[in-house]
Amino acid sequence: MGKILMKGNEAIGEAAIRAGCLNYFAYPITPQSEVSEYLSRRLPEIRGVFLQAESEVAVSYMIFGAAGCGERIFTTSSSPGISLMSEGLSYIASAQLPAVFVNIMRGGPGLGGILPSQGDYFQATKGGGHGDYRLFVMAPSSVQEAVEMVMKAFPLAEKYRNPVMILGDGLIGQMMEPIEFPENLRSEPTNKDQWATNGMATRNSDKPNIVKSLFLDPDELNDHNLLLKAKYERMKREDTKYEPYNLDADYKVLIVSYGTMSRVCRTAIDNMKAEGFEVGMIRPQTLFPFPEKAISDAASKQSCEVVACIEMSMGQMVEDVQRCVLGKRPVKWYGKCGGDVPTPEEVIYVVKSFLDKNKA
Amino acid sequence: MQSEVMFAGFGGQGILLSGKILAHAAMEQGFEVAWIPSYGPEMRGGTAYCLVVISDRPIGSPIIKNPRHLVAMNRPSLEKFAPVVKSGGVVLINSSLIPIRTNRDDIDELMVPATDIAKNLGNVRAANIVALAAFVTRSKIIDFDLLIKSAKEEFAGNEKFILLNMKALEAGKKAAI
Amino acid sequence: MGKTFKKPEALTDEHTHYCPGCTHGVIHRLVAEVIDELGIRGRTVGISPVGCAVLAYNYFSFDFQEAAHGRAPAMATGIKRVRPDLIVFTYQGDGDLASIGMGEIIHAANRGEKFTTIFVNNAVYGMTGGQMAPTTMPGQRTTTCPLGRNVEEVGMPIKMAELLSSLETRGYITRQTVIKPKYIIKAKEAIKKAFTYQLEGRCFSLVELVSTCPTNWGLTPVEAVKWAEETLLPYYKLGEYKTPE
Repeated sequence: MGKILMKGNEAIGEAAIRAGCLNYFAYPITPQSEVSEYLSRRLPEIRGVFLQAESEVAVSYMIFGAAGCGERIFTTSSSPGISLMSEGLSYIASAQLPAVFVNIMRGGPGLGGILPSQGDYFQATKGGGHGDYRLFVMAPSSVQEAVEMVMKAFPLAEKYRNPVMILGDGLIGQMMEPIEFPENLRSEPTNKDQWATNGMATRNSDKPNIVKSLFLDPDELNDHNLLLKAKYERMKREDTKYEPYNLDADYKVLIVSYGTMSRVCRTAIDNMKAEGFEVGMIRPQTLFPFPEKAISDAASKQSCEVVACIEMSMGQMVEDVQRCVLGKRPVKWYGKCGGDVPTPEEVIYVVKSFLDKNKA
Repeated sequence: MQSEVMFAGFGGQGILLSGKILAHAAMEQGFEVAWIPSYGPEMRGGTAYCLVVISDRPIGSPIIKNPRHLVAMNRPSLEKFAPVVKSGGVVLINSSLIPIRTNRDDIDELMVPATDIAKNLGNVRAANIVALAAFVTRSKIIDFDLLIKSAKEEFAGNEKFILLNMKALEAGKKAAI
Repeated sequence: MGKTFKKPEALTDEHTHYCPGCTHGVIHRLVAEVIDELGIRGRTVGISPVGCAVLAYNYFSFDFQEAAHGRAPAMATGIKRVRPDLIVFTYQGDGDLASIGMGEIIHAANRGEKFTTIFVNNAVYGMTGGQMAPTTMPGQRTTTCPLGRNVEEVGMPIKMAELLSSLETRGYITRQTVIKPKYIIKAKEAIKKAFTYQLEGRCFSLVELVSTCPTNWGLTPVEAVKWAEETLLPYYKLGEYKTPE
């Protein structure tokens, strides 16, 4: 099959279907409403389930219910909507339910704006809801990658029995790029009879399954948290993903950047290379688990003088980068909020000034 | 080699659509493409613009402050974007609605009364296609035949619209020669 | 001759944690009997609320999900939409359903979701320790209105059955009580009707059950029944508020 030109939001909706998920609940919010619009036409054609809920709070619990009875399910939203879903995410993570959430980030805090942002990094990777839980977080930098990440998200959610979040931004959602839906990423749902409330008769059992998050006994709750922690550690060992860029060169500066921002950095790096100025980049494709070792190793390279974290926020991922670099090199930050994505020229200027200041 | 085309005008002038048809045609020709819209409140009747990036390599930054070309369908668009077009680019001016020029001598200025041409064809809504055809003819950014194919696919199922837009493409091409 | 009175299959052998004089036990039994009689235990999923009945899954012998406060109707929607063949009910108290979960219940009812809600109204928050509920009666003392509910400040108690029956969407809405044996047979009939409508794919169904909470009312079980009959029943009138016919 040849490539087709598709808007990010619509491609995300179609990717979920191609991955084998025919159930979708959502609430409209800019800049991702095209996903709902697309699926409201598409899902009924293939006997799927589409429902516009009364609020994002309700969406997250519709997801809980559907995932709890073992069906593949996903939703899409944007920053303020994800805040409302964060209550449900905490319950879903604790009850160990596989489900896929897409956040097409817009500027915040509060109502903020509707243009691209990366201001929800903390929310996605550190919590958002209450308690000790993590989401598995992937960050696409193109429409094609968004398609692939959505398709991979379902088996990953099932592998870990954990919610997976695709953290895109307004540009990924609104942009059209040529895409294809890789056949090899189509997957069959796993058997969930061990735990899902799919009806005892469905699984030929006389043992009820209980999907819950309440553990009143302190030892039991501690054990439950240890079990969750073990899963998060396993994610780190088995599914950390990143893309190295120009790391073979003797780079003076190492950029760490993700999503749309990393594309701008890539152009900046190409332009600097043409002038004979080498800059490398690590682009985390999973934000949790975070490519800790890769960043630590790349920062330790002899030629590297400065590490620069460039993101569309006021400095969130930079805290993780600092944690990985651990004082081996100075870690600088540059970012912008509000939706005005920094240009390659701006990145070049900033990177060079980091180096100059470091020498001074 | 990478080119960027900015399409700009009033909401409702089919700005996003002409960008999409160009992006689609460029993809068919084997280029890497990205179509980036303005989105938000302005899409409900205010100014609208979109950017089409066409490249022979994977496209890095989708954020372009200085596009190579501009197709301006109304006056505010020309005033806003003409000054930032790269030297050597094509600036198409919809002279039916824009009484001014760019006052730049380092670009290729192309005056096309797209709205009037479309009116003469029987439907003012085809002005965007007239302008697109004129722009492609002058800039040679892609193969004109692929533009025709892409437009046909876009309007597939609506024979009346296909006919109108085929006429618009021809008229636009003529206006640029 | 076989046994004429036995424990329903749909209940476990577990002893409940409910207080003496609490009506949850009776309601659990009625729901279990109905599920047995309809032969649907193997395809039923219950949803327990936040409130005294959060551990209901310890007493029922079929699949259960445990909700966040007020969100059970959204979860039931999620289940029913992707698995319409399952029989789903939410079991909710008045704080859960009429306060924090007001949005979820109204929209689920208005969409006509094909699940059943068992709504236990005892005019007070139970598990959190006797705070004022949206259903607390005027002048009724609770730990957060120690001088009695002041309707000038917090308005009148909400009549959920009436409110939900005002929706134009088809539904089955009824209010019954289980405070005395004479009411229980009718309450069970209502519960059975509600599940039957669901089985037939007819409509959303809600059975409000006026209940007692001697512990948080500060009364003995016998006094509690008297107070409920004299104070709650005149305000929360029993009857069928809406039927799908």
